[in-house]
Parts: sequence; C-alpha cells; structure tokens
Amino acid sequence: MLTAITFLPMIGAALALAVRGSTRTTRLIALTTVLAELGLTISMYVIFSAEGDVYQFVQRAPWVSAFGIEFLMGVDGLSAPLVLLNGILGVAAVLVSWRVETRVREYFMWLLLLQGAVMGVFASLDLILFFIFWELELVPMFFLISIWGTGRRDYSAMKFLLFTFLGSAFMFAAILALYFSFPAGERTFDMTALIHKDLTNLIVPSSLVFSGFLVAFAVKLPIVPLHTWLPDAHTDAPTAVSVMLAGVLLKMGGYGLLRINAGMFPEELARAAPLLATLAVVNVLYGAFIVMRQTDLKRLVAYSSVSHMGFVVLGLASVGAGAAQLDGTGLNGAAMQLFTHGTITGLLFVVVGLVYDRAHTRHIADMGGLSGRMPLIAIGFMVAGLASLGLPTTSGFAAEIMVFLGTFPAYGLATALCAFGVVLAAGYILWTAQRTMFGPPLERWAHLEDATRVDVAAMGVLVVPIFLFGVYPALLTDVFDAGIAPIIASFAQGLGG
Amino acid sequence: MGITGRDLFLIAPELALVVAATVVVLSGLVSRQRQLTLGLALLGLAATFAFGIALWGDVHANGTQSAFNHSLVVDKFALYIKFLVAGTAALVLIAGSEYAERFRPYESEFSGLVLFSASGLMLLAASADLITIYVSLELATLPVVALAAFVRMRVAPIEAGVKYLLLSAVSSAFLLYGFAFLYGASGTMQVVSSGSAPTIAQSLAAGTAAVPFGGLAVMAGAVLATAGFGFKLSMVPFQMWTPDVYEGAPTPVGAFLATASKAAAFAVVLRLFYEALGGSSADWSTLFAALAAITMTIGNLVAVVQSNVKRLLGYSAIAHAGYMLIGVAAVTAHGQDTPDAAGISSVLFYLSGYAAMTLAAFFAVLVLTQRSGDERIEAMAGMGRRAPLAALALAVALLGLTGIPPTVGFMGKLFLFNAAVNSGLVWLAVVGAVNSVVSAYYYVGIIRTMYLRQPTGDNTPIPVAFSGRLALLVTLAAILVLGLWPSGLLEVARTAASGLVS
Repeated sequence: MLTAITFLPMIGAALALAVRGSTRTTRLIALTTVLAELGLTISMYVIFSAEGDVYQFVQRAPWVSAFGIEFLMGVDGLSAPLVLLNGILGVAAVLVSWRVETRVREYFMWLLLLQGAVMGVFASLDLILFFIFWELELVPMFFLISIWGTGRRDYSAMKFLLFTFLGSAFMFAAILALYFSFPAGERTFDMTALIHKDLTNLIVPSSLVFSGFLVAFAVKLPIVPLHTWLPDAHTDAPTAVSVMLAGVLLKMGGYGLLRINAGMFPEELARAAPLLATLAVVNVLYGAFIVMRQTDLKRLVAYSSVSHMGFVVLGLASVGAGAAQLDGTGLNGAAMQLFTHGTITGLLFVVVGLVYDRAHTRHIADMGGLSGRMPLIAIGFMVAGLASLGLPTTSGFAAEIMVFLGTFPAYGLATALCAFGVVLAAGYILWTAQRTMFGPPLERWAHLEDATRVDVAAMGVLVVPIFLFGVYPALLTDVFDAGIAPIIASFAQGLGG
Repeated sequence: MGITGRDLFLIAPELALVVAATVVVLSGLVSRQRQLTLGLALLGLAATFAFGIALWGDVHANGTQSAFNHSLVVDKFALYIKFLVAGTAALVLIAGSEYAERFRPYESEFSGLVLFSASGLMLLAASADLITIYVSLELATLPVVALAAFVRMRVAPIEAGVKYLLLSAVSSAFLLYGFAFLYGASGTMQVVSSGSAPTIAQSLAAGTAAVPFGGLAVMAGAVLATAGFGFKLSMVPFQMWTPDVYEGAPTPVGAFLATASKAAAFAVVLRLFYEALGGSSADWSTLFAALAAITMTIGNLVAVVQSNVKRLLGYSAIAHAGYMLIGVAAVTAHGQDTPDAAGISSVLFYLSGYAAMTLAAFFAVLVLTQRSGDERIEAMAGMGRRAPLAALALAVALLGLTGIPPTVGFMGKLFLFNAAVNSGLVWLAVVGAVNSVVSAYYYVGIIRTMYLRQPTGDNTPIPVAFSGRLALLVTLAAILVLGLWPSGLLEVARTAASGLVS
C-alpha cells in the first residue's frame, strides 16, 4: 500500500507529461491523481491501528543485496500522520495551481513528482532509500522554483538546492559511518533494526554521526542560523510550491530529527538538549521579530514558519528533563506541531497566493480593506491566522500547549521565552490581518473578485483538518503516541532509567 | 616457448580489433561510405564482444589464464575493462559517425585509430609485466595523439594534439624511470604471478619497515609510476593538459579519452599497486587518499568558473578521477590487514557508470554544438526546446555526475564512499560528499541554462541523426537502469575485483 502511495503520484506525473491534451485535461489528470492519493492516505490512516504493531504496512524486498540495501517501507505512529498530511497538501497544491498557464504539463509533472518523493521520505524505513527520496525531492523543487517562480527565482532555487545538498552530504557520511560501525553480517540500513542497536560505540564518535544528521535536518527544518534559504525560496516560489515547502518539506527535517536523532541517539540528544533549547528560543523569537519587520506578505508568512518551527525544536529539547520525568508530551507536541503547522501555514500560503493572483502585489502597505471585496479569502486568512497564533479549538493550540507542558519541567526559562513567541505571533498575525483584510476599503481594489469554487475547495481541504484535529486532537495524538512510545522507551533504556 | 593457438585465443578480442582497424583503414581506399566504415568497425567490435564472452566463460570455468609466456593475463578483471573499453569505442564510433564527415577524406582513418587505441587499452588492462604495460600504453596513446589533432584546418586541435603528445612523452619517461627502480629493487618485471619467475610482490616481501614501501628504491619506483599514471588519470598535480585537450580535440575524441582511456589507466594502476605493491598498501593508501582529496577539490573548484562546456567537462573529469581514487585508497577493511575487494569493485562499478554519464554528456554536447560550433555554456540556452533529447540526456548525465538519485552516479558514489568508510577513511567520504555539493553548482548551472534561459540567436530545432539519437538513448538508458538496478553490474564488478586480492 505504501508503495502504491509513493508511486501513484509518480505515475500521475508521467501521465500529466505524456498526455498531450488541453490544459484542462492535464489539470484533471493531476487532480484525479491527488484525490486518489488522498483517498489512499486516508484509508491508510484509518486502517492504521495505534494499538497494533509499531510498524505497519511493512513491505520488504532486497535491492542491492551486496550492501544490504533493501526496499523497505512501512509507517509507524510518527510517519502515518505525515503521510496523511502530504496527501492533504497535495490536493491543496493542485487546486491552487489552477491558474498556472505556462508549461502546464511540465508543471504538474514536477508537482506530482515532488509529492511522490516526499511520500517516499516518510514511508521509507531503509536509510539509503530514505536518503534517495530525500535527494530526489530536490530536483522537482529546483525546477518548480526556477521556472514558475517570481522575483529572484534563479538565485533562490540554487540557494535552496545547495543548502539542502550540503546538509545531505553530512547525512550521507553519517549513514555510512553508522553502517560500517558493525562487523560484517550485522551491518544494516534498516531503521527498525538500528533503533534497537547500541549506537554509542561507532567507527567515529557517535556525537559526530549525530551531528551529521542534525545538520542535514536543521537545514531542512530550518534551525537558525541555517534558515536563510527558506525566506528566499518561499518568497520566489509559486504558491503551490510554497504550500508544499511549508507544508511537508520542512516536516521532513522535523521528522528526521524525531526518527533518527531522537530515536537512535537518545544519549546524544539528551546531551544536546540545552543547545536545542537555546536554538529553539532563538528560532522562535528571532523569527517572530523578523516577521514584524516584513513588508512582503509572503516573506512574512515564511518567517513565521521559522518562528513556529522553533516549537518543534523546543519539544525535542524536552528530553533534557531526564528519563524519569520524560513522558513524551514534549516530543508528541513537536510531532503534532509538524502536522498542524503543515495545514495552517499551507492555508496561509494558499490565501497569500490567492490575494497575489488578484491584487498582483504582496506589499502589505498597498493592501487594506480586502475583506469587503473578498470575504471568503478573508475568512480563510482569519482561520489560518487564528490557528497560527494558537487559538483554542484550532489544532495550533493543541500542539503548542503540549510542547510547553512537555518542556517546562526541563527548561522553564526557555519555555517561558518561547511562550512569549506566541504572544508575538498573536501580535503580528492580528496586525497583519488589520493592515490587509480590514480597515477602510480602498478604491483601487474595487475590481477584485472573491475566491472561485476551486479556491474555496483549496482552502476547505486545509480548514477541515485544522478544526477537526483542534477540537478532537486525540485523533492525531493517539497515533503519534504510538510512534513516540518506542523513542521514550529507548530513552529510559539508554539513560539508565 | 613458441606462440600457441591458445595464446591467440586468449588475445582474440584485441586481435579482432586490430584486424577490424586494418580492414577499416584499407576499406577507405576503396569506398568512403560512412555506413560501410561504421559497419566494419562495429563488426570488429561485435567479434571482440563475442570473444570476450567466450573468454569470460573460459576463465570462469578454468580460472585465470596467462598468455605469451606470462606477459599477458586474462582474468575477469581484465575482461571487465575490455568490455568497458570496447563498449565505449562502439558508442563513440556510432555517435561520432556523422561528426567524422569533417575529417574528410580521412573518416576511415578516424575509425581505425579509435580501434587501434582501444586494442592498446585492452592489452593494458591485461598486462602482466612492466614491459607489456609500457608497450600497451604506447599503443593506446599514439593513436590518440593523432586523433586529438584530427581537424587540420583549426589551431585548437593541433595544439591539443601536440600538448597530449608532449605530456604523454614526459609521463612515459616518468613511468619508465619508476619501472626501472621497481626492477632494480625486485629483480623482476613480473606483476602477476607466473609459473616460474618470481613476481615483484614476492621479491619485495622482505623489506625494512622503517622506510615507506620497505625501501627507498621501491618508494622512488612507486612514486614515479604514480606520477606517470597520474597524467593518464588526470590526477592533480598532473592534470594540466586535461581541459586543454578536451576542449581542443574533436568532441568524439574527447569522449573516448575521458572514458576508455581513463578506465584502462585505472585498471593498470589497480593491478600494479594491488598485485605488485600489495605488501606496502598502508603507505600508498595514504598517498592515494591525499591525492584523491586534492584532485577532486581542485577539479571541482576550478570547474565552477568555466564558461566552455567541453572545458568544464575536462575539469569534471579531473574531479571524478579524484572520486575514483577514493576507491583506490580504500584498500583494507577497517581494522584488518589484508586487502579487501570493496575498493576495487567500487572503482570498477564507478568506471562503468562514469563512462555512461560522460559519454552521454559528450554526445549531447556534440549534438548541441554541431551546427553553431559554439561551445560556451550560454550558447546552451533554450536547448531544452531546440533539441529535447540531447538536452534531456545532458541534464540526466549532469545530475548523475552530481550524484543525485536515481542515476548510476548516485549508486557509484554510494559504493565509493562505502568503500572509504569501510576502510576507516570517513574523512575522505565527507570530503567527497562536500565536493559533490560544489559540483552541483556548476552541473545544475548548465541544466538551468538549457531549460530556463531563452536562446539569444538561432531558435530553430536542431536535427539529430539516427546514429546520434541511438548513442544518446543507449547512454541515457544505462545511466537510469544502472541507477535503479545496480545489483547486477555490482556483482560482476565484485567478481572481477576479487581476482586482484586473492
């Protein structure tokens, strides 16, 4: 089933490119693909049982047997929701691409390929396979930004490519070091086996291996000061790509941190916890302050992403509390934040894209009173904005409160400072809403039209999970708990109880 | 001991090539038809393949064979390289058959020289003693000198030919000097064990541990031989000629030089160092590790500022020599003393993958520049629409050279870095991986120009001849198929490699 989930978008991509019909045909192919994909991921998520085996839907086939590389796929409580997230965002991304007119077949091919590659990242349980999908995702992103982007798209695309590639160079070395640390016969790239091995005595100091992974994931998440590619990439990317970038690509970083850095190296993570807590504070506050200064709506949302990803890092730092106090709330919150941020920021980018399509500007100072002209878009913006600042009954609240509760015992001050980030978020979101959506209607925006049915569908796809998981977070947290539990167990074991 | 029929069977692949080369050149006297020349040459190469497969079966059944009084060895390692060289020559001839029109009235000589050089490269891989190595090397080199200078009416090819001639002569001198030291220290020319005469490795067994390589003379011999081969490998600091010759020589010649020539050079380096100097592997492993790091770094850094595509491919060839030297340096498994086949097999695998990628790149450049003759990177603008197949092949080849999955380039680097980490050279794997990032900048830069920039002048589609399309499709398929299913070739490479360390 996971193989189908991973390769369905790729087949769709091939079809989108191959079928030489009208633009409408290509769109319909893409839409059918992502809807089928959403159907598959939802049924996977429903069938996935939090009480069942740790890894489910496992598929295993030998691939390069000389080096023990396997085609090994499966999901656990950690990756299942992220696969679902990718399914949801794929639909939103295709819907907001409805107005793309240039090189349409290529565009949808790359977009679907991107979704497939990210699916592969979340569904792979073999480190090499994971790495291959991780790298594969670079190519569609590069083309999507540099062909269909705006502004300095060449520069941003290349910057994105080089940053990520540099990070993955370190990850590659770390993966190989991990593999060769065991005598022949015991070597494996199988993550489900590695998580049970003692990884403290490696061919190189395990802190180096840990750092190799950390750098790769920190670039992706991103953690300040490795974030500088993100605002550029976001600003210049087409809307759908921003949605995918914020929605799932950043999540690959957080997922990697949870799965590999936390899952395999509990001791190292516990040692790095003070550093992570500090970085989290910097991420949250630096990001939030930079947001205040932005005049470009898209750049503003991009920096708010940086700020919000700080909460993921903070959740990871919760392991500094020591095994005795560790109950997984912090890690669960971090995982939850990955999911919720994916839907919320995805929605924000959708809205920004819709505004830009109409007003042809992202300059905040030029806007004002848009809600009168386009009430539906304004509603979308408010939902995303309020969820982003953590309003209760939206999923943003559930994630953040869990991070704070989980990390407070370990790093009270850091948590308090990060909580101040939420206050800042409330400030900049409401201030932005006031400057763009409300206020006196401006004459020059009188011709603007509200969202079309397609646009509403794009927003709706994201609004539903925001409220669904906000009102009833257990739908998510129970599954995440199942994924976090083994990690917590390894902490208890690794840190001597 | 006279020459027996068995000896002739054992060098049948080379003989077939020499015969084919002679026939091709002679046929030029009768007919100048392009199809005839190409057909005869391919017939010869097909015979080479057939004999090669027969020999593989023979070696598989009866073990390693030696011919001509132990001066040649036929093992799977040599056969692997022979297949690679013959395949490369075939593709170069196919892709270059249209380009060869420019050599009029010497088209058949062009094909003949490629075949002669290929036979020399194949003998090089099979050489079992120092003299044979030297003679094969000359046989392989001299035709290339003529090939590099083939277009008479332009200055650049002649400059390339002269440069290649002079530097080959210098490197041969280094090599001979080194061989003289090795002979002086060991008293034998034999690299691969033979019936009666002792090999270099056996004679050197008792050296002093205080001096690297167990003795000053051996050290001088090893270092000079490294320098001599360094020219062929495009290894820093002997790489200077590479970009000049690649840029100046006719494009098919550049392709041949970058792939077949390099494969045979790596083969002989592996054989000499593993078989003759295996005892001092710890010493030369360090040497090659350092050279690998320097070579790839310099190759990649200088490539960044290039503006001519062929010149850039020259620097990229230097960088890739550096990556493959990682495999040479990765001798023993971590914590063990005996050499391990992992390094050799990774080099063999990479040589094949590298050949596919580099040939694809050169062939694409051949197509893209044939009308305008403009080899600047800017001139590639808009090629994504003007010549979709060639642009796609070039893009995939460049992504492969960067090391991005699902191409053979990724798998090749995976195996090379695997070998490095396996022998404890984690730092070298990191240097290699970071180098890939640098290379991404200039490789992807070309892709970007092809697909994202609007062409400035001529905007009409570029027609591609059937032969060119065929060569592009074959290399493109090889890059992707070997990237997705590397196991088959890897197993063959491992079998071939295991012969050198047993």
